[in-house]
Amino acid sequence: MSAAEEGLRDTDLDDGRLHEFLTRSWESRKGLIGWFSAVDHKVIGRRYIVTALFFLVLGGLAAVAMRLQLSRAENTLLGPDLYNQVFSMHGTTMLFLFAVPVMEAVAVYLVPLMVGTRSIAFPRLNAFSYYVFLLGGLMMWIAFALNTGAEAGWFSYVPLAGPEFSPGKRTDFWAQMITFTEVAALAVAVTVAVTVLKHRAPGMTLSRIPLFVWSELITSFVVMFAMPAVMIASTMLILDRLVATHFFNPAEGGDALLWQHLFWFFGHPEVYIIFLPATGMVSAILPAFSRRPVFGYPAIVLALMGNGFLAFGLWVHHMFATGLPQLGSSFFTASSMMIAIPSGIQIFCWIATLWLGRPVYKTPLLFILGFIVIFVIGGLTGVMAAAVPIDAQIHDTYFIVAHFHYVLIGGSVFPLIAAFYYWYPKVTGRMMSERLGRWNFALAFIAFNAAFFPMHILGLQGMPRRVYTYPLEAGWEGMNLFVSLSSVAFGLSFALLGWNMIRSYRYGEIAGPNPWNAGTLEWATSSPPPPYNFARIPVIDHREPLWSGHGAPAGEVTGLRADMREILITTPGEAAPDLREPSAADSIWPFLASLAVGATFLGSIFTPWAVVWGAAPVAITLIGWFWPKGAPEDE
Amino acid sequence: MRTRRLLLVLTLSLTPAGCANLPKSLEPAGPNADLVAQLFWWFTAVSVVVWGLVVLGLGIALLRPRPAGDGELPLERGRSGEIVATRIVVSLVALTTVVLVALTLLSFFSGRGLARISGQQARVIELTGHQWWWEVRYPDHDPARTLTDANEVHVPAGQPVRLVLRSTDVIHSFWIPNVSGKRDLIPGQVNRLDFTVRKPGVYRGQCAEFCGFQHAHMGLVLVAHPAEDFDAWYKSQLAPASQPSGKEAQAGQGAFLSSSCSLCHTIRGTPAGGKVGPDLTHVASRRGVAAHTLPMTRGALAAWIADPQAVKPGAHMPRTELTPDQLNGILAYLEQLE
Repeated sequence: MSAAEEGLRDTDLDDGRLHEFLTRSWESRKGLIGWFSAVDHKVIGRRYIVTALFFLVLGGLAAVAMRLQLSRAENTLLGPDLYNQVFSMHGTTMLFLFAVPVMEAVAVYLVPLMVGTRSIAFPRLNAFSYYVFLLGGLMMWIAFALNTGAEAGWFSYVPLAGPEFSPGKRTDFWAQMITFTEVAALAVAVTVAVTVLKHRAPGMTLSRIPLFVWSELITSFVVMFAMPAVMIASTMLILDRLVATHFFNPAEGGDALLWQHLFWFFGHPEVYIIFLPATGMVSAILPAFSRRPVFGYPAIVLALMGNGFLAFGLWVHHMFATGLPQLGSSFFTASSMMIAIPSGIQIFCWIATLWLGRPVYKTPLLFILGFIVIFVIGGLTGVMAAAVPIDAQIHDTYFIVAHFHYVLIGGSVFPLIAAFYYWYPKVTGRMMSERLGRWNFALAFIAFNAAFFPMHILGLQGMPRRVYTYPLEAGWEGMNLFVSLSSVAFGLSFALLGWNMIRSYRYGEIAGPNPWNAGTLEWATSSPPPPYNFARIPVIDHREPLWSGHGAPAGEVTGLRADMREILITTPGEAAPDLREPSAADSIWPFLASLAVGATFLGSIFTPWAVVWGAAPVAITLIGWFWPKGAPEDE
Repeated sequence: MRTRRLLLVLTLSLTPAGCANLPKSLEPAGPNADLVAQLFWWFTAVSVVVWGLVVLGLGIALLRPRPAGDGELPLERGRSGEIVATRIVVSLVALTTVVLVALTLLSFFSGRGLARISGQQARVIELTGHQWWWEVRYPDHDPARTLTDANEVHVPAGQPVRLVLRSTDVIHSFWIPNVSGKRDLIPGQVNRLDFTVRKPGVYRGQCAEFCGFQHAHMGLVLVAHPAEDFDAWYKSQLAPASQPSGKEAQAGQGAFLSSSCSLCHTIRGTPAGGKVGPDLTHVASRRGVAAHTLPMTRGALAAWIADPQAVKPGAHMPRTELTPDQLNGILAYLEQLE
């Protein structure tokens, strides 16, 4: 510590002065340039969440438009051209622009707080990721507004999505949007994984990591292994379309099924990329309202890992109708059944937690209970879909539409809404209305089941997916009308949620640091947290440090610089203090780099030369970003 | 445009509904669908029980009376019950595993049952998917006995059938819910589906893989004839088209052959030999127009020919400029092609 006298450290300052210095070091700058330069994970996380919610609204409106079209037989409200775009935009938006980003966004906001550090790892990469995601999403929806929306579904099967059967630029926009969002997702996955492995507060050994953090860590690895498959697939598609390669053209030796293998090798893990963080949310929220630690922590961690691994061994169950050999299909039946075991372990552990605890019925817990009731239905219909003979009947019908909405809305969106109610006070400093929350839950739970349960029956009665209309004689009209009305009611439950969030931002009760008396670290700091997260980095001796320490962590780290951005790096296993490291300052370069990258991606829809011309601005912005500052290295 | 639509709706509502069986997976009409339906009900029964038990367990967990003095602080609460809870959870996980293994085996055995239906001396029918109609071919070693038809698959009830599935454009999927599960038609690949239909009847189905604009109107019916009637049907279909009778129909044939119709459609026994659209040699014997977008009536046929894009927007059949007389003639002619 020979250089100690050169810098101002937290040991030199009293609480008030420490706050002053840390704020000056960590605060995001004001003004327009400051706004685009921010790298604070809380600022970026908030923007990420709000943007993902904005896309949720757009995707939801697309769903309502579809339901209006399907409310009557032979309806002509949308017509095939618009309907095909609308359902493609709905699926694409919900999966790529809402579900994956929002789960990562919550991680961006919460993980550094939960592991007790000042900042996310690689904060500039994180900011870059947000702008790339934003640009990709905006590009997609602006294209839709200009009648160039995706039209071959969120899965874009070739040859339908190929140059011959989808001429024009619609599918090119879709394929490039994939590139945008995958770059963003990979960047976040890296920042989150490194934050969890290297930034944990001293004492937070592997067995003390909060379960939500575990789930996001495992999800990050799933992202890193799954996303490249779809990036390769979408790049091959755009090459087929743009420079006439023939990867997917059977007439020239390409293979139509290759696309499906690549897409689902990503597409099935994708479900777990969305679902695992949601289970992490449940494991974080449920103990707080059971008033005891979660039951079976090691079992849940192992179940998360099991889910993460098995997620890569299931993709073929999306392809049972393609005529694959029976033996191979049987393997994928077995693995698809097996993934029910880790999910089952988690459900049993949560019920045991409630059993042993003393439940407090607040809105977050209500949504968690709704999640268990709905998700188990979706899991069981998933077991049905794993059986090859049954899948041959229900595949590509409304039964499957019902199944995956039970899994994705029940399994992920309900926990996410619970998470909004639960962490809203941490983010804004105010509570959401409990009364509106109860109405919100009741409406969402009833309307969800009314909207999606009848779809099981419609599927068994032969209604295929992705049809823009259906004949009157098929006898599907009554149930479709009921589904459409219920889906509007389900949409209203989100309006109620939105109203509650907006109203509470202004009029909500002041929350205080720990309104739920929860046990994890994010509740140890003020609500909303200061730019530097923790005035003094906590030291952990327990999985629920605030419960073991009666409201405060066991100890504090001393010796970190207050006059510059400095963070503590710890070892991946034991979280022993390892070294102090400067953390990146605000910078406009990540934003400029995202513009350059975005322009390159966008240009390459129209000409392959854009990749060449775009390389220059990308290189310039990256050089600006990484330009050595010559700041004296401490130690 | 509006009035035509109105007319369409009128013709639709006047045709007797229910001439074909509604497409229902759980009303099986053959051993394939039987096996799947049985398996489905087994899985459903297990699922209902499992879900019921989970919800019951959750309910008890929430409502059970809490023992006094169970610890007031979160870290002390429920400690005494943890050993019992561990045992219960472990046994539940074991039970889940056993149930899943049982279901997997059930699924395997059903799959074997389905595989066993295949093979034996099946009648081969070739089905080729097109955007947005089905070409059906009944191959025979004697080319003169090879039949090409569209949008209807005819089989003898009680006899095994092997469908050979191909596509020339995008991926489609064959699905007649009452008869069998789906099998995709994939360009560059030949798929097979073996099945038997037990009960004679007409079964409705449609394309199950999204195939573009008119995926919704790519209907198909499967007609199972009583075994003894099948050959008679086959013979009647093999015959070339009958010569038109009556002035109007004769004029209609002339109009058909001299307009662009014959560039895409074949009518055996006439010079019309186009291969782009469905074979029309016996079009009047079919049950639907435009891949079952509309039922086979004169009105529906008129609407379809007069303006295909109004009936099925995006369909590859272009609008042909015809005078009212030409249209009536063609209708009269086509109506005779039984």
